[in-house]
Amino acid sequence: MYNEKVMKVFANPKNVGEVENYDAIGTVGNATCGDIMQITLKIDNDVITDAKFKTFGCAAAIATSSTATEMIKGKTLDEALKITNKQVVEELEGLPPQKLHCSVLAEEAIKAAIEDYRKKQGA
Amino acid sequence: MEKRIYFDHAATTPVKKEVLDKMLPYFSEVFGNPNSQHAFGRDAVKAVDEARDTIARLINAKPSEIYFTSGGTESDNWALRGTAHALREKGKHLIISSIEHPAMLTTAKQLEKDGYDVTYLKVDEYGLVDPEEVRKAIRPDTIFIGVMAANNEVGTIEPIKEIAEIAREHKIMMFTDAVQAAGVLKLDVKELGVDMMSFSGHKFYGPKGVGVLYIRSGVRVDSILTGGHQERMKRGGTTNVPAIVGMAEAFRIANENMEENARYVTALRERFINGIFARVPDVKLNGHRTRRLPANADFSFKYIEGEGILFHLDLAGISVSSGSACSSGSLEPSHVLLAMGVPAETAHGSIRFTFGTDNTEEEVDYAIDVVAKTVEKLRAMSPLFKTEEGEKEYV
Repeated sequence: MYNEKVMKVFANPKNVGEVENYDAIGTVGNATCGDIMQITLKIDNDVITDAKFKTFGCAAAIATSSTATEMIKGKTLDEALKITNKQVVEELEGLPPQKLHCSVLAEEAIKAAIEDYRKKQGA
Repeated sequence: MEKRIYFDHAATTPVKKEVLDKMLPYFSEVFGNPNSQHAFGRDAVKAVDEARDTIARLINAKPSEIYFTSGGTESDNWALRGTAHALREKGKHLIISSIEHPAMLTTAKQLEKDGYDVTYLKVDEYGLVDPEEVRKAIRPDTIFIGVMAANNEVGTIEPIKEIAEIAREHKIMMFTDAVQAAGVLKLDVKELGVDMMSFSGHKFYGPKGVGVLYIRSGVRVDSILTGGHQERMKRGGTTNVPAIVGMAEAFRIANENMEENARYVTALRERFINGIFARVPDVKLNGHRTRRLPANADFSFKYIEGEGILFHLDLAGISVSSGSACSSGSLEPSHVLLAMGVPAETAHGSIRFTFGTDNTEEEVDYAIDVVAKTVEKLRAMSPLFKTEEGEKEYV
């Protein structure tokens, strides 16, 4: 049911883990529903210099986590906030309809992390 | 990995060579319709009669009590809906277990919409139905009790004989879905005391698309597939002669080799279970430790989700099944595990391994290694799994 791209990313995801001394953390989802996504960021001058994820979830959740973290690296916070779940899905060349909520989770995790950062900055 | 390993025998099994050989003449040579009044028809009748006799003998029933269907789902539907309809003047209360196959649960839900009242029996942590709970659930208007002989996900073998005794005391129709038990456990309908029993050909190395509903003579069940004169006017539809012949042959072979097969498959299962416990921490075997189907090992791997495990095993050539939310497309994890009191987050990480006579110890050993590595890999990316400073968080 998944395309080759999704399976490839799922089998060898990038950015797994937690950024050391991270500047921002965002966690969304819950275990009961079967999806939790945690994204940690290193931020330098409003630019995301590193991003890592930890995900409890299905293959689509893991693949979107990997892709989303790849997409935001090197972006400014404002640019990262503009990344939509649709773009993440496009990057993965599509997801089955019942799996689209996983990509929403990735977008939300990025937003939560950036919100966490801005809160800490008192901005 | 070129070799594929099949550990999903509860989903379906390969058709045995000798079964296929027995079926083949019935496609193009003895192709007649048993309803036809000529030589071609008579040859087909003979084949179907023989199959019916074989199956009847193996479950200690009369040939006239065996009805051929399209499989487990139809048989389950027929038993439940057919009884509900036939006995609706007597009462509208049905009792089934909460861990029945969707063929039963979905039908029950539909009957609820039609004004029937359904009690879903609770199970204990091992997936066992307590016969006393059945007794407590019985009302004056109860017309049907349905409990599966063995569960398809966790392999728990239910106390059908005890439940059937209670049903008989109260003169209530007793049905058992024996789809997972057929060909694996001895099924004697007199000994079990059931009024109806369903099973399906493809779970014991027979063909798909064919099944049986045993209906004890004298039991009133309305037809759900209405049509021609087939199956003594109780089930319309052209008789699937090759599939019926194949199912009967597969059932005969499975019954004749039952003990030997059970010994072989149980040994593989135990090797696998012990291997997993030795290599993987934080893992739970679902179901009953001993009162389970020989082929079944169902595990919950904490902190991770089942679909990821399934796909990693698939990439390594190992085919298994996951009852978890994501693979079925809903957010709900297995209704069986939830009914057994397994927390939702643990249920999400469940994988069913079901072994067969075509598996080997080498395959089991290879799978143990792949499972251990896969679980480790997925836990490393799980936010629920934390090893630093011995901290282990599990929400």
